[in-house]
Parts: sequence; structure tokens; C-alpha cells
Amino acid sequence: MLACSIQRKDEIGNLHEKHLRRLNLKDEKQVTEIDMAMSSDVSPTGRRYAPGTPTGLRLWWHRHRLTVIPYLYIAPFFILFAIFLAWPVVRSFYLSFHKQQGISTPTFIGLDNYVNLVADPRFKQSLLNTTVYALGSLLLQIPLAFILAVVVNSKLVPWANAKSFYRLSYFVPLLTSAVIASLMFSILYDYNSGLINSYLMRAFGEEAKVGWVRNASVVKFSIILLLIWRFTGINSLYFVAGLQNIPKELEEAAAIDGANWWQVLFGITIPLMRPVILFVTVTAINGSYQIFAEPYLLTGGGPRDQSLSIVQYLYNTGFSYFNLGYASAIGYTLVTIIVILAILNLRFFGAFREDQ
Amino acid sequence: MTTSVQATTASAPRFSAIRIRNGALVSIANVFLLIGVLLAAIPFIYMISASFKPQNEIFTFPVQVIPKNPYLDNYTTLFGETLYLRWFLNTAIVAVGRTALSLFLCMLAGFAFAKYDFPFRRVLFVMVLASFTLPFEVVLIPLYTMMVRLGWLNTYWVLIVPFAASAFGIFLARQYALALPTELMEAARIDGSSELGIFFRIALPNLRPALAVMGIIFFQASWNDFLWPLIVLNDSAMYVINLALPTLRGPYGDQYGLVLGGAVIAVIPIIIIFFAMQRYFIEGIMAGALKG
Repeated sequence: MLACSIQRKDEIGNLHEKHLRRLNLKDEKQVTEIDMAMSSDVSPTGRRYAPGTPTGLRLWWHRHRLTVIPYLYIAPFFILFAIFLAWPVVRSFYLSFHKQQGISTPTFIGLDNYVNLVADPRFKQSLLNTTVYALGSLLLQIPLAFILAVVVNSKLVPWANAKSFYRLSYFVPLLTSAVIASLMFSILYDYNSGLINSYLMRAFGEEAKVGWVRNASVVKFSIILLLIWRFTGINSLYFVAGLQNIPKELEEAAAIDGANWWQVLFGITIPLMRPVILFVTVTAINGSYQIFAEPYLLTGGGPRDQSLSIVQYLYNTGFSYFNLGYASAIGYTLVTIIVILAILNLRFFGAFREDQ
Repeated sequence: MTTSVQATTASAPRFSAIRIRNGALVSIANVFLLIGVLLAAIPFIYMISASFKPQNEIFTFPVQVIPKNPYLDNYTTLFGETLYLRWFLNTAIVAVGRTALSLFLCMLAGFAFAKYDFPFRRVLFVMVLASFTLPFEVVLIPLYTMMVRLGWLNTYWVLIVPFAASAFGIFLARQYALALPTELMEAARIDGSSELGIFFRIALPNLRPALAVMGIIFFQASWNDFLWPLIVLNDSAMYVINLALPTLRGPYGDQYGLVLGGAVIAVIPIIIIFFAMQRYFIEGIMAGALKG
């Protein structure tokens, strides 16, 4: 054992010698640095010297490459990031205080765009619609996803094969895009002969037909249904993953202490799932406020703007009416709403934590 | 400790009593879940089935899931009389191009953020993360104006370049690169490897799972994109599938067979990726929850 380690040390020493010879180093300082570099706990920034004797520019490169290289590595990303994201973000903010019609030069109008926005009935309608979509996600879709996850993860599904089958089937709606899902639903929702109305007619007669995409008081619900179809599965998967991270012992211990199923659920499972619930909620709210393709393709925002979303209003304003300043103001209002809601969410779940 | 053990033994019967062994409950739960599976699958099955039916049979009721005489005209018309093949190629070129560019940019930068220490590292990274929270719609107007100026409308560039620098991508790349053992890099350096050599010969081969996960995320995002193509493409020869599908409905919006056929083909690449790379696909989807 001892002999072995001594021999090994010698080997390492030999290697070290060889290395120094190869590097052809005469400078004492360099040798020390190499020594430091070769000791086991080198800092990742420690300088190294490549074979050969560096001079001039190459010497500079060898000395500084570890400081320069990371910048070279991040440069391509940040160049694109600056041009196509950072700059437009700033530019959009600037435009939101200007009036710009098409390619005309922007003229400064202060807060007028925002003032007009507050009074704009179409904007208010789109804000209301979008909020209803978000509430639909919060009150229908997320609870449904949570229940599905709890059931799949519980002893109610005792077979492992069935568990993975259910989880796999959650992926099915994820394979389609918003466009394909909307086109499929537009066929299912068809008033005269769509699948849903056909069944309703057979069961309840002619007057049971629902104007899924033409009845002003139903369209928002139709779109929420589509969103439930698309996103319940993925949210459920997030919840299942979260549930699997909860140590079984905790729930069992509570059960031993006499807690019933509901008490375990609300006292242990849900509080421990807080990070996942927060993530799902924030994502769902973000997604709902940015909804575009579904109402655009199903209803075109109608009837009478009853399904118009904020992004579609932005799109119409910017790309049908070419009112670029006003559209930018809509964009920034959307940003403000999303940021405020995210902060409220964090607060809400944060406060929840202090209660513990 | 002892007391808790005693408690365990004492209340063991009660514990098993609240365990759900009730056969009825199990069946109700599973029926409920199976209905859910069915509801998730019906639109899909309906789409595939109807794409093999002539226009006048799509809406016949009750629905025939497996058409009596499979009707292929929807598909032959798609490839024969529309630009579907071109749209499919456009979509594929854009998706592959954007995935490759994004992977390169994000991997290189994420690797630098994970494995090098340099001034402003934190500030720059936080800046990227902050852009996460921004809805991309906010940049639509200036970005569109920029594309007009660059003359990029109706090109592949307009779909590939602007969203290649993905904040989520760099975040994921850094997460994965953090797990790389620094000793490997040190050893390579001592052996005289160049820094670029370390990236290509050590980092990338060890980050293959990350490449797969991120590649799937980028590919799917590009494949499913709609709003941006809608704004920057108006030449039908340059359309991507998502943009072309709604136009297939025809002037009266009733040519559902074509639309559905087109949709079925458009989903196939994603389904192939899903089944061929299921582990990475799932990891990519979960990455949002567990790492974000």
C-alpha cells in the first residue's frame, strides 16, 4: 500500500519533470505558476502555459485567453440578443410614447397612447376576454390537472403500467400546435354538422345545438374548452412530477397521526407542492394573456369582439391599421399586466409560506 | 424516536383502514381517467379518420372511425395541386436552421457562463434571465420594422435568425454545463488542448443529452410557430405549414378534408421525435418545471 503510493508519487514527479522540460521553461515565476496549476485544487481561472515559448502577441494570448475566451463564446449570443431583443424592447418603449402611422416618422405625443388605451372600448373588451381566459385556466384547468395528477399518483391507480399509460396519454394534445388544435376544434364546433352539436342534437333535439363559435355568450367558453384540452395534460405532468418528489413518509406519518385523506391533501401535499403550483400558475397566466392563435383562427375575435384577445388587438392595430405607436403601447400594457400578476403570484405564494 | 415507533405499531390498523382498497373507488377513478384519455384522443382520432374521407362524408353522423373506403384524394390533392410539399420543406428548413443556430449559440454561451469566471458574468446572465419574463409580443412592432428595413420579409432568415438567441436555451445550457466535471477540462488544458478544442472535444460530446433535449425544444417551437410567420410572410411560396393550413379551407372555409390531411402530415415529424426520443422529449417538457 505504502510502496504503491510512493511509487505513484514518483511517477507523478517524473511526469512533472517531463512536463517542465517539454515546456522549456527557464523563468522561475513561470515554473511556480505551472506548479500551482498542476496542484490538485487549481482555480478555473488559473493561467496555463501551452507548449512552446510564447512571445509577443502569442504571449499576451496565453496570458489572457481565459479572460478573453468566455467573452468570445458569449458574443454571438449577445450580438443577436442585443439586435433582435434588447433593441426592439427599448424601441417599442420609445414608440409607445409616439404616434407612428405606417412608415411615417414618429411624433412625440407623451402619454396620449396610454390615455387613449384606458378609454378604448375595444381594448377594454380584449382585456376582459383575456382575463376570462386566464380565469378559466386558473379555476377550471389547473384544478382539473391537479386532481388528475393526484388520482394518477394515488393508490386509486394501483398498476404501474396504467400509471405510465395515463401519463403518456397526457402528451397527446402536446403534439399538436395551436394552429392544428384550433382547426380541429373549428370542425368539432361546426354549428350544423360538427361532432359536438351532432351528439347534442341526437340527445336533446334540434334546439340543443350550441353556437360554439358564433354565439357571443358562448365563444369565450369554447376557447377555454380548447385551452383545457391543450394544456391540462402538461400541467398534470408537472403536478405528477411534483407529487413524486414528496417523500412518501410524510404523508404516511400524517395518516398514522390520524389525519384523514383530505387533511393529508390540504395539510401536507398541497403546501409541499407550492413551487410547482406557483410555476404552473405563473405559466398559465402568462400563456393566457399571450393567447393569439386560438381565438384568431376559431372566431377571428368575434362575434362582436367577444373573443378578441389582447395580442390579437395588438396584431390588428399594428398590422391591419398600421398604428405602430398605439400597438407598442398595447404591448407595454401587456408587459405591465404580466409582470404585476407574476409579482402578485409570488406574494401570494410567499405569504402562504409564512403561514406554515 | 421510540414513541414514534410505538405509535406506528399502535395505529397500524387505522392506517391500513384509510388506505384505499375499495374496489369501487378504484374503478370509478379509472373510468374517470379513461374518459379523460378518450377526450384527449378524440380530436386526434377524428382528425386522422376524417382526413381519409371525401368532403361529404366528413360530417356524416354517427361517425365512422374507420372509413369504409379509405379516400386518398385529400392527400393526392395536397401534394398534386397545392404547394404543400414546398410548405413542408420551408417549415423543415426553418426548424432545422433555427435549431442548429440556437443550439450553437446557447451551448457556447451557456458553457462560458457555467465554466469560466469573467467580469460581468452575473450581470449579463441576470439580464438574459430577466428577458424571460417579457412577452415576445412586445417586440413585434420594432422587429417587424427592422425586418422590412433589412429586406428579410419572405425569406428563411426572418424566421431563423431573430429568435435564435433563446433566453430559455442559454439558461438550460448553463444548467447542463454546470454538471460537467471541471477536472476534465483541466486535464485537457494540461495536455495542451486549445479552449475551442475543449468545447468541441470535451464539452459537446458530454452534453449530448442536453443537445437532444434543447434540440427538441427549439425544433418544436419553430415547427409550431404561428404569429411571427403570419406577420413576416405574405408570399404563399414561402409559407410555413401553420400559415398555409388555414388557407387550405378554401374561399368558403369548407374544404376540411384538405386541412385535416395537411394537419396529419404536419404532426408526423413531432410524433416521430416523440417516440424516437421520448426520454429527451419528456425531459425537455419537464425542464420548464423542475429547472425553471
